[in-house]
Amino acid sequence: MPAIARAPIVQGLIFGIVGFLIGIAGTGLVRVAFLGRDGGDWWSTDLSWTIGYPVALVGWLIGVGGWRYWGREWFGGEVDQYEMKGWQRYFGFSPDHKVIGIQYVVTFTLLFLLSGLTVMLVRYELAQSGLQLFNNDTYNAAMSFHGITMVAVAVAILAGGFGNYVLPLQIGAQDMAFPRLNALTFWLVPPVAILLVTAVLMGGWETGWSAYPPLANLQTKPGQVLFNLAVITFGLVSILGAINFLVTVIYERAPGMTWGRLPIFTWGIFAASLIAFFFTQAFAAGLAMILFDRVLGTSFFNASGGGSAILYQHVFWFYSHPAVYVMVLPAFGLILEILSHLSRKPLFAYRWAVGGMIGIVALSGVVWAHHMFTSGMQDYLHAPFLVLTELISIPTGLIFLAAIGTIWAGRLWVNVPMLFALGFLFNFLMGGITGIYLADVPTDLFLHDTYFVVAHFHYTIMGGEIFALMAATYFWFPKMTGRMYSERLGQLHFWMMFIGFQLVFLPMFDVGIKGMNRRVADFPSAYDDFNLFITLSAFFLGASFIPFTWNLVVSWIRGPKAEANPYRASTLEWQVSSPPPEHNFPEIPEVVGPPYPYGQPDVRHVPGPAGAAGAPAGGGGGGGG
Amino acid sequence: MSAAAHAVAHSPEKRLRISRLGLWLFFLSESCLFGAFAAARFYMNGTYVPDDLNQILGLVLTSILLVSSLTAYRAETAIAHGNVAHGKLMILATMLLGLIFLGGVITEWSIAHFEPSEGYGTSFFSMTGLHASHVATGILFLGLAYMFAARGKYTPASHWGMTGVVMYWHFVDVVWVFFYPALYLTG
Ligand code: HEM
Ligand SMILES: [Cu+2]
Repeated sequence: MPAIARAPIVQGLIFGIVGFLIGIAGTGLVRVAFLGRDGGDWWSTDLSWTIGYPVALVGWLIGVGGWRYWGREWFGGEVDQYEMKGWQRYFGFSPDHKVIGIQYVVTFTLLFLLSGLTVMLVRYELAQSGLQLFNNDTYNAAMSFHGITMVAVAVAILAGGFGNYVLPLQIGAQDMAFPRLNALTFWLVPPVAILLVTAVLMGGWETGWSAYPPLANLQTKPGQVLFNLAVITFGLVSILGAINFLVTVIYERAPGMTWGRLPIFTWGIFAASLIAFFFTQAFAAGLAMILFDRVLGTSFFNASGGGSAILYQHVFWFYSHPAVYVMVLPAFGLILEILSHLSRKPLFAYRWAVGGMIGIVALSGVVWAHHMFTSGMQDYLHAPFLVLTELISIPTGLIFLAAIGTIWAGRLWVNVPMLFALGFLFNFLMGGITGIYLADVPTDLFLHDTYFVVAHFHYTIMGGEIFALMAATYFWFPKMTGRMYSERLGQLHFWMMFIGFQLVFLPMFDVGIKGMNRRVADFPSAYDDFNLFITLSAFFLGASFIPFTWNLVVSWIRGPKAEANPYRASTLEWQVSSPPPEHNFPEIPEVVGPPYPYGQPDVRHVPGPAGAAGAPAGGGGGGGG
Repeated sequence: MSAAAHAVAHSPEKRLRISRLGLWLFFLSESCLFGAFAAARFYMNGTYVPDDLNQILGLVLTSILLVSSLTAYRAETAIAHGNVAHGKLMILATMLLGLIFLGGVITEWSIAHFEPSEGYGTSFFSMTGLHASHVATGILFLGLAYMFAARGKYTPASHWGMTGVVMYWHFVDVVWVFFYPALYLTG
């Protein structure tokens, strides 16, 4: 027993619970002291959680290792060296970016699967009109949980997981700029998950992932407070992670790794971090204002006290529109990366693609009110936000042209990552084009809050970001685990997921145009046929994750050993063993040329034998295609 | 002051630049949080300021905070020149000014003629509260810096902790330089 009690997670839980008790006890004492006997109770759910949780969070961080390996130093003490080996590293406060990357990937993949299972229940409910499985309350709880967990997965898994693992390798660094901050940032994630699950168990909350007041202020369910606290914590993860990436790219590049030689995936993470480190605070601000309204009696969103519910929408979308680019910029980078390696061609129009990413960053902060055309905001805001929103198609178009130029006349190695990359291109195009109808005020007045919007953002986020996530998972699986996945199971997964995805979300455009509202548990029976079809397709789509999970779990345990560079790819992460040695590179590499020197016999990214970096065209032709 | 297992081998100067950049980015990030609250103030109340707001107290508090930036600057310079005794004195002075400021905020709250549930009150209490919590954090960090200085852990070559705390203190001051006119002077 004592050995288990000393495990970091157990200690974290113990300290967390103790912290929570201290927090609520302190709150209770103050309440009793100030409110006296007539003022009521020592316990107030909203307030007690709002004070108790931050104390619990500190306790948790101390327990999982934040004190032993870092905190002591702040108080003049000596810290321990992190010495765990083997699998135990993944359950502690490891500062190694490769460990942290895998911690993120596994945690968020589990959350992804859990959230996917939840939405299977939601789809079951929606198979026909009337209420079968849920009532309105439980439906909202399930749908809200699905929404926020998927948003969290989409924001964090590519950057937090694969960014952490791959980016330092790609730029020739030994680690991130702030390794211990990196560990701390990851260990903020489990409390987010615990809090969200607890919120559901306590009855959930009603407001979806967007937490609009006045409902967020008025509903009495405690889940709302837990949701706000969870998402503020998650915002902190996003901010601290982004700062770490920015500083790492600026200061940790290997000699010769100029900005013009950065692999495009690194650029994608960099651009996403530029958005995340700044805008995320707005979401935190909005959620904090809700908490203040509920707990301290302010009236930010309370019209009778001079506040305005529309203010929340401005603050919320000021973050949440840019957030979609936090999801998709790493995906853009990743897809361009894969297309170049697996088409055996240099990335087409590299500079323009980077320019496109920077253009998206620049525009992302000035389009948010396109989510508010029907909210009752000032009419004169409609036209500028329409125009600004549609301007974004220019930088996005540059990235698309780079993708198409790269595969144009290339010799494609159509393996699983490549399939997902191509699937991404198709899906994202659909998402982008349908976005235009939502950005046009006249059509949006009609389409807003219908299933058309649901289809649009699933094409961009699931069809885009999540397809990219799958591409990344297969592409770097051999590097991260040292094992090879099964190509056949992977292809099965791709085709099931691709077809299933179209069958679920294409009809949603139609049913949306025909007027079916989103976020409802019940609907007029006229929509029955559509919904039955969508639900059956959704089960098929859900089933595609069985070969996925099976493939990756079994391959990780006993797949064939992977080579250092199974794709004959040129960038630095492929020039070290799979998985890479503890400090990444035996010696700091020197970069001498562009990142994708395919088809150019004399050009190298790093000095080395031909056939590794800069393999001749067709060098990988032995694959599936 | 870094002994992390995975600390990357860099020269002390580069390590310093890395830490500074990280902190700057954190300030930029926080400025979006403060900015959101300031924007909400104008969105909800326009430029309205209640007539009976205690302007004298506000002006005095602002001056105290500005002077504390000066003492913080002196503290860092002293440490950077190896003058630990003066550095310690200036840290204490900064902490004292910070505490007076906090006392002033509490006074302001208790004499205010408006409630948190009114439009202006919402902004006033939340903005001053948010800012005061940052001042309080700064005082705690200054306390840690004092302890490090007292134990002789800061040398002219290596005193990032001191520098970081003082940067933070200046940042919190600058926030007030925006919050003060937004809350007191727009009317
Ligand atoms: C050129 C590209 C795009 C345009 C023009 C566009 C436009 C829009 C508009 C106008 C809306 C609001 C619709 C409404 O609620 O009535 C919307 C919703 C949404 N979009 Fe896009 N979008 C684009 C790309 C993206 C991307 C890349 C993502 C994510 C990766 C995304 C994610 C979302 C989400 C999540 C919503 C719904 C949010 C909610 O109400 O819960 N969009 N889009
Ligand atoms: Cu948007």
